[in-house]
Amino acid sequence: MTTKLIINCSTGEQTEVELTAEEVAQQEADALAFAEQEAARQAELDAKAEAKASAQAKLKALGLTDDEIEALVK
Amino acid sequence: MATYNLISTITVGSGGASSIVFTSIPQTFTDLVLKISARTASNSGPVFDSPYVDFNGSASNQTTRYLITTDGTTVASGNEARNYVLFGASRNTATANVFSNAELYIPNYAGSTYKSSSSDGVAENNATAVGLALAANLWSNTAAITSITLTPSTTGSNFLQYSSASLYGIKNS
Repeated sequence: MTTKLIINCSTGEQTEVELTAEEVAQQEADALAFAEQEAARQAELDAKAEAKASAQAKLKALGLTDDEIEALVK
Repeated sequence: MATYNLISTITVGSGGASSIVFTSIPQTFTDLVLKISARTASNSGPVFDSPYVDFNGSASNQTTRYLITTDGTTVASGNEARNYVLFGASRNTATANVFSNAELYIPNYAGSTYKSSSSDGVAENNATAVGLALAANLWSNTAAITSITLTPSTTGSNFLQYSSASLYGIKNS
């Protein structure tokens, strides 16, 4: 299904229209770009979470309790 | 006192929709607010989708700055070259029957300066993994906004049935 749902805000008329070839091409290009950006965003989040877990483990090895570690990282 | 007026609301039918378009937006308000509850057909990747927002059909001269979290704890930030309602839709990998909760605010949409907008989005999911985002968009164009297009950001994805978007006009008097 490659249709767009259009509502005319002045008349309230709602129509369903096939996408043009140009619109389909734009959607495909956007989707490819978004997938790359999404992967980069998730990699950044994963790296941060991994660093946090590593830091917490090191703090625990130094003798801090879970409550003390929690107080530090919040 | 500001007043809040419903301009139009649209709900996707059983066939789905590749995009949702508001046209002929009245130029009589001060600001616009777009409320979105959406789910897309994408069955791959994380549970959150991020619909693109195009004004007047233009996909150029856009930038977005964002803050996101996908685990409720770790926050990432960055820039994009397109305008989004970041995490404004849940993907079909989210818990069944769950839809997003998002809002896009567009001040001075009828003016002759560049058009900024801001969005907050929660790609709902009844599980640990959920996407929350704040985004600041800029469309470097001085034209008054007369149409708004929302398009899922994943390949071949549609808005699913019962996805809805409502456009409100705000008057500052």
